Amino acid sequence: MGRLTEAAAAGSGSRAAGWAGSPPTLLPLSPTSPRWLVLAIAMVRFYMEKGTHRGLYKSIQKTLKFFQTFALLEIVHCLIGIVPTSVIVTGVQVSSRIFMVWLITHSIKPIQNEESVVLFLVAWTVTEITRYSFYTFSLLDHLPYFIKWARYNFFIILYPVGVAGELLTIYAALPHVKKTGMFSIRLPNKYNVSFDYYYFLLITMASYIPLFPQLYFHMLRQRRKVLHGEVIVEKDD
Amino acid sequence: MKHYERDDSSRNQSSLWHSSDSSLLKGGDSGRKDKGEAVFLGQELTSLRLCFPQVEPHATIAEIKNLFTKTHPQWYPARQSLRLDPKGKSLKDEDVLQKLPVGTTATLYFRDLGAQISWVTVFLTEYAGPLFIYLLFYFRVPFIYGHKYDFTSSRHTVVHLACICHSFHYIKRLLETLFVHRFSHGTMPLRNIFKNCTYYWGFAAWMAYYINHPLYTPPTYGAQQVKLALAIFVICQLGNFSIHMALRDLRPAGSKTRKIPYPTKNPFTWLFLLVSCPNYTYEVGSWIGFAIMTQCLPVALFSLVGFTQMTIWAKGKHRSYLKEFRDYPPLRMPIIPFLL
Repeated sequence: MGRLTEAAAAGSGSRAAGWAGSPPTLLPLSPTSPRWLVLAIAMVRFYMEKGTHRGLYKSIQKTLKFFQTFALLEIVHCLIGIVPTSVIVTGVQVSSRIFMVWLITHSIKPIQNEESVVLFLVAWTVTEITRYSFYTFSLLDHLPYFIKWARYNFFIILYPVGVAGELLTIYAALPHVKKTGMFSIRLPNKYNVSFDYYYFLLITMASYIPLFPQLYFHMLRQRRKVLHGEVIVEKDD
Repeated sequence: MKHYERDDSSRNQSSLWHSSDSSLLKGGDSGRKDKGEAVFLGQELTSLRLCFPQVEPHATIAEIKNLFTKTHPQWYPARQSLRLDPKGKSLKDEDVLQKLPVGTTATLYFRDLGAQISWVTVFLTEYAGPLFIYLLFYFRVPFIYGHKYDFTSSRHTVVHLACICHSFHYIKRLLETLFVHRFSHGTMPLRNIFKNCTYYWGFAAWMAYYINHPLYTPPTYGAQQVKLALAIFVICQLGNFSIHMALRDLRPAGSKTRKIPYPTKNPFTWLFLLVSCPNYTYEVGSWIGFAIMTQCLPVALFSLVGFTQMTIWAKGKHRSYLKEFRDYPPLRMPIIPFLL
C-alpha cells in the first residue's frame, strides 16, 4: 500500500534516494553489487586527476549505461517473485532511470558537461551504495545501525539534489531538442500520428510536481516508522 | 422469534485508529439501539462490530443494511460491505440471516466501500463524451486546427465514413446501456468515473485529432482497404449487439441469476462455441476494423489497450464460469478462439 504511493510517484530523482521496496536476494551473488562503488571510485578518480567535471560523463558513460541497464534485472526479480515489490513499482523506477541515461544524457551530447549531470550522478551513486549496503547487510543479518541510519536519512538531502540535477539537465537539453527536432514525428505521414519530444519533455518535467512530494513524504513516513518506532496506519484503498 | 443478544461489553479502544472511526463512536448513542465497537484488525481492514437487538431471523442483508443506514446515514446501503468474517467475502443483499452460519448472535463486519455511483450513470457519461468530442474535431471547431481550417470539411470520403462509424458505435453503446444491459451490480466506486472518462474521452480526442486533421493521409490501399475494413467493422458491430441481446435474454428482468450462455439461432452467437466472452471478441474486431479503415496509429494503440483490458476481464469471467458451473464447455477460451 505504501509501495503503491511510491509507484504513483514517477519522479526518478525521488526514486534515486529511496527505492523502499525490493531487497534483491540475488544481489550478494551477482557480480553487479559493487557496481555503484566502482562508479563512485571512477568519478572521484577522474575529478582528482582532471580537477574539473568536464568530460566526467564521457569517461564513465559506458560503465553507467551498462550498470543502469542491468537494473532491468530488478524487474525480473519482481516478475519471478523473489522480491515482494510489485513489478509496476520497480518497472516505473527503472524506466525513469533508463530514460535519463539513454534518452537524455546519451542522446543529447551538448548537455553532457553540465554541472547538473554531476549533481544527479552523485545523488544516484551515493543512494545506490547506501541502499545496496543496507540490503546486503540485512540479508547477512548483521546490519550496522549506521547503514540503517544512512538509508533512512541521506534521502532527505539526496532526493531534492537528485531531482534538481535531473530537472536542470532536462531543462538544459530543451533548446537542443527544439532546434534539432529529435525523436519527433510530424504530419503528414502514412500512419497519421505525431510526436513532439520537446513537449514530451515539458510534460515530464511538470509531472515531477505532483509526484516528487508524494514520494518524499512516503519516505519520511517510512523513516519515522523504522527509525523512531512510530506506528503509522496506512489507509488501504 | 429469536432475539439477538445485546453486546454489553465496554468499548474497546485500541490505540490504533482509522481516522474515520472516531466519528462512529462519537456519534453512536449509548442506548439500546446499537453499541458499536471499533476493532482495528491488522493493517488492512477497519471493522466495526454492529449489534442490533430485535432483528427478525428471516431478515435479509438488504434490510440490515437499511437498519444500519438509519443510524449512520452517511453510509447508504450501496456503500456498505457486510461480512461474517473480516477477511471473507461480502454478503449478498438477498442472503437471509437465518440461512447464514450464525448462532443466536450474528456478528457482522462492516467495511466502507467509499462513495458510490451507479453503473448506468458511469456508462452514459463515459460514452456520451467520445460521441460529442469526436464531432468537435470532425466539424473542425475553432482553436483545434489553424484558423484557416475552421468549420471546413475534409475532402476524403474515408474521414466522413469514420465519423459515421465512430458515432454509430457510441450511440449503440448508449442505447444498449439504457435498454439492453442488465447489471448485476448497481454501483461502483465514485473514483472510477474519473478514471474511465479520462480514458475514453482522452483517447477519443487523440484519435479524432488525427483523423480529422487537414493533413490527414488516407489509407495506402485506397478504397479497397476502406471497404474491407468497413465490412469487418459492421460485422463485428452486429456480432457485438447480438451477444448483448443473447446475454440479456439469459437473465430475466430484475434478477441477478447467472447461467451459461449458449449459441442461439443467430449465427453471430455461434462464437459462444469457441469463446466465453464473444462480445469482447467482436469489440476488439470492430476497433481493428476501424484502425485499418483510418490507418491511424492512435486508433491501433487504443485497440491494443482496449484489447489488453478486455482480455483481463474475459479471463476473470471465464474463471468464474469455470468455478460456478461444473459442466462448462471445455472447448471455450476466454476471448480469442483456441488462443487466449
